[in-house]
Amino acid sequence: MKRGRLSLYQRLTLAIPYLWIAAFFLAPMALIAKISLSHSALARPPYEPRFHLSDTAAEFWAKAQTLTLENYRALVSDSLYFDAYVTSLWIAAVSTFATLLVAYPFALAMTRSPRAWRPFLIGLAAAPFWTSFLIRVYAWIALLKDEGLINTALMALGVIDAPLVIFATKSAVIIGIVYSYLPFMLLPIYAALEGQDPSLREAAADLGATPAQVFLRVTLPLSRDGVIAGALLVFIPAVGEFVIPDLLGGSDTLMIGRTLWNDFFANHDWPAASAAAVALVAILLVPLLLWERARLSEEEGRR
Amino acid sequence: MTRSANVARLATLALGFVFLYAPIVILAAMSFNASRLVSVWGGFSTKWYAALLDNDLLIESAKISFSAALLSGAIATFLGLLAAVALARFGGFRSRMLFFGAVHAPLVLPEVVLGLALLSCFVALGVGRGFMTLVIGHVTLTMCFTTVALLAALRGCDPTLEEAAMDLGATPAQAFVLVALPQILPALASAFLLAFTLSLDDLVIASFATGPGATTLPMRIYSQVRLGVSPQINAISTLLLGAVALALGVSALVMQAGRRRGL
Repeated sequence: MKRGRLSLYQRLTLAIPYLWIAAFFLAPMALIAKISLSHSALARPPYEPRFHLSDTAAEFWAKAQTLTLENYRALVSDSLYFDAYVTSLWIAAVSTFATLLVAYPFALAMTRSPRAWRPFLIGLAAAPFWTSFLIRVYAWIALLKDEGLINTALMALGVIDAPLVIFATKSAVIIGIVYSYLPFMLLPIYAALEGQDPSLREAAADLGATPAQVFLRVTLPLSRDGVIAGALLVFIPAVGEFVIPDLLGGSDTLMIGRTLWNDFFANHDWPAASAAAVALVAILLVPLLLWERARLSEEEGRR
Repeated sequence: MTRSANVARLATLALGFVFLYAPIVILAAMSFNASRLVSVWGGFSTKWYAALLDNDLLIESAKISFSAALLSGAIATFLGLLAAVALARFGGFRSRMLFFGAVHAPLVLPEVVLGLALLSCFVALGVGRGFMTLVIGHVTLTMCFTTVALLAALRGCDPTLEEAAMDLGATPAQAFVLVALPQILPALASAFLLAFTLSLDDLVIASFATGPGATTLPMRIYSQVRLGVSPQINAISTLLLGAVALALGVSALVMQAGRRRGL
């Protein structure tokens, strides 16, 4: 690819989306990083800005020396925040694993179906992703509640005597995440399995491997990239999830997205919420960067 | 394939699709339930749909949501197209990595973080929140999706055709509009539909970005849903699901028509 100066026409094409991103994404992100370093105050906006555009260099330097990381320290020392981070990571990890357990056999069954069925099956599995997320989560309330459909059906069948308490627990949040994010796990695994050469499995079987051995030593290792991609696509949004814990979780299910929301809207502690947001982005970037590095080093290795 | 493997495969597929569709089907069925209770079937009734027609607040929110989705979908598709052209056709320009990263970043960012950042920005600038800030929020949220979709489409079509048009005397803009644009028309339609549905569905960004004058449908639904299951919400949910199913069907037909014409 040639690297060089762009024509006027190209510059204009690039400038329009660039300006939008700079104004409404990069600048706001920089602003919350800045707010996270300031004190909270009872005012509008509810924080005390540290810098002003009119500051001279000397004033800027004097203020920069008084910057504190108090809001970040509070994230670690305040048990509310710390617990919310731990709960979020734990729920996201368990949900990701549960989604994998549901998605893998589902994707495998699709790739083993007749070729003509596959586009239809994959379309049918991806379609719910297009419908309202809020409504799909809401639908589970009617199923999971103590007097909901699952409990009513199980009691009518005589399986249980007293209703199972699922609604307003961590289990309900996990069920909600598995349900809502299933397509994100399903599609990459399907793509990885679909691309496998069936003659590899046949060769393994010819050499005496049992079906279980073929799966564990051929199919599963070859689908690793799909599993990792799917796990990241589920894990990352699940950590910051707001709607699912709020609708299906109980008051004890404090995930970080909800804590942020409360601090921002109810407590008006913008500096604390901003620090929590910056920390959340940092936490989510780590798995992404690790994955990217692993991918790059693997590409190097192949060369 | 052995018979038992076949049975296992069909059973897995059946279970998977029941898991995916049962909640949606039950929700739709309940919207026709005359009884208020989830677990009791009180006979078939369309009274909850009739009640919707009298709910002015809900209708007003639906109008706001649809206009915001149309406008932000159009802007996001336009910006996504420009960004995709820059990434697919301009080669390695300076700050390409920054641009690429910034375009894709909202894809992996929790919506709460983006919403919080946008609201802080609007407040710092002293901008009154309302319909326009809602549209700005939704464009920022959805343009990364439209860029990704259009980038894939542009990479799939041959740049030499545009170069040939320019050799024959077309300006770059003419070459793009007359040669490349028709090739990616189906992708453009599906990018718009994606942005439209994402905007229509969004609760989190809207809650941060909008003001009291422009409450969207998801915000209205959300505030009622927190109080428990309500048949009226089931009814409006069913209508929304139907609308999305219709849009999906249309986009599938558009894509198929495009493929048939060899695009």
